[in-house]
Amino acid sequence: MSSGVSSALPTDEASAIELRNVEIAFRLADRSEYRAVRDIDLSVAPGEFVTIVGPTGCGKSTILNAVAGLVAVRGNVRVFGAPLAGLNTRAGYLFQQDALMPWKTALANVAVALEPAGVPVVEARDKARLWLQRVGLANFLDRYPHQLSGGQRKRVALAQTLIRDPEILLMDEPFGPLDAQTRTLMGDLLLSLWSADRKAVLFVTHDLDEAISLADRVLVMSAGPAARIIAEHRIDLPRPRASTDIRLEPRFHALQRAIWADLRDEVMRAYDNAKAGPE
Amino acid sequence: MSRLNLLLLQIAIAAAIILVWYIGSSVPIGGTCLLPKFFFSTPVDVLARIEKMFANASIWRHIYITLTETALAFFIGSGLGIVIGFWFARKPYVAAVLDPYVKAANALPRVVLAPIFVLWFGLGIWSKVALGVTLVFFIVFFNVYQGVKEVNPVILANARMLGMKDRQLMRHVYWPAALSWMFSSLHTAVGFALVGAVVGEYLGSAAGLGYLIQEAEGVFDVAGVFAGMIVLAIVVLVVDWLVTLLENRLLAWRPRAAERI
Ligand SMILES: Nc1ncnc2c1ncn2[C@@H]1O[C@H](COP(=O)(O)OP(=O)(O)OP(=O)(O)O)[C@@H](O)[C@H]1O
Ligand SMILES: [Mg+2]
Repeated sequence: MSSGVSSALPTDEASAIELRNVEIAFRLADRSEYRAVRDIDLSVAPGEFVTIVGPTGCGKSTILNAVAGLVAVRGNVRVFGAPLAGLNTRAGYLFQQDALMPWKTALANVAVALEPAGVPVVEARDKARLWLQRVGLANFLDRYPHQLSGGQRKRVALAQTLIRDPEILLMDEPFGPLDAQTRTLMGDLLLSLWSADRKAVLFVTHDLDEAISLADRVLVMSAGPAARIIAEHRIDLPRPRASTDIRLEPRFHALQRAIWADLRDEVMRAYDNAKAGPE
Repeated sequence: MSRLNLLLLQIAIAAAIILVWYIGSSVPIGGTCLLPKFFFSTPVDVLARIEKMFANASIWRHIYITLTETALAFFIGSGLGIVIGFWFARKPYVAAVLDPYVKAANALPRVVLAPIFVLWFGLGIWSKVALGVTLVFFIVFFNVYQGVKEVNPVILANARMLGMKDRQLMRHVYWPAALSWMFSSLHTAVGFALVGAVVGEYLGSAAGLGYLIQEAEGVFDVAGVFAGMIVLAIVVLVVDWLVTLLENRLLAWRPRAAERI
């Protein structure tokens, strides 16, 4: 299961997402360059659920931004076989930060996501209502983002992303601010939606349990700067999974231990780096 | 603090000021008044003057004219500010080229323009409107410019990931962001529109509150000056209150300071 860095399942079709030899650097104010990640090789097959774990600041969001087409990269990014130029229009992206329009209600925020596709307003609103109901916010349709809790805002954003039915889902700690119970519920909801039409998912999380219970594969990143993917674990737990049951299985614990063994040193290193200040 | 207490305290301050003014101007201490009547008038005289203004209804025409000028200055200035603010924010090159001119024009004391506006637009309301426009324009312009330029990049990226193109981004992201900045300066903008109108009237006109005050000053009618100022102050308070009502409607999506803790 733990096998260094390799590519995804061998398939005939092109990968939904494919990064080859990708390096991402930021230019800082003093004109120096900060190399956030390097040598990134990863691919997500159509219908595959891949999670990324890694210490804070290692470059997880940066990789999602690259797949979304929001940052410039060195190397190769392909989406369903085609080189990515500009925005990735086939992906839906759930940002780590709050990204809802603060001047729109929950309902309007979700409904507006259908406007670019030319869906009539009334129909868009009906669909939005349905989606907000699915994420448990039927009673909060008319609230503005500032009147919602962090977790509620995340769920509105989730509905906003899913209502467009994108082929690829990029999710950056979507359940971060939720309590453990709701988090499990949302995870199960996501899994059931996903198993219905098998999108390709690239999912970032801090929570190892969540990473394992959702994924087909878990990728572990090293601490930054110049972070890499240092390990890949195939999660061979049977599907469909109910996250509460699956967490009791011995196999789950074995995977958890194995991944944590890879991650622990990196987390410590990230912490030490941060304490030591810039080198 | 309850609203009632607040109101009582506010009234108490007005009462105290009037009392001091009354004693100073009407009660002789050692033969002379502390506040000579010729320079300070007295609350009683001023009140009588205000009563007279409202009794013969002449005052309404002046208030009406001043408010018309204010409204015109506000709408024209805001319209120009919005359009040009958007243009600058979306075309950084234009903004860079015109930057020194904008700064120079904004730094110019607007009062020096008043006589020129009288020459150009005559003694009627339009010279006052023009003066107000030069004040309102820059406030709205800078706010809209800032608002469009500094739209939260995450919200923008999210909207683009949702598939929005130029026109939709304009409608759902840039425009509301710019408006929220503009509305946050609504009080200032309306206030400046009023200042433009009154100063314009003061410097040359035949009607309006500024004209009333100027006319009274011309004949050393201190009671008239104070009466005009007090009417003006009341008009300002009413307008400001209306703006607050409007603002609460327009910015319902914003957290209020008190809710934020
Ligand atoms: N625009 C930028 N300019 C300069 N440096 C950046 C920029 N964006 C990110 N970085 C740096 O790149 C590194 C990776 O950032 P990123 O946001 O991808 O981390 P992350 O793994 O998502 O962390 P977290 O788990 O805390 O969200 C960080 O060290 C960060 O400081
Ligand atoms: Mg991140």
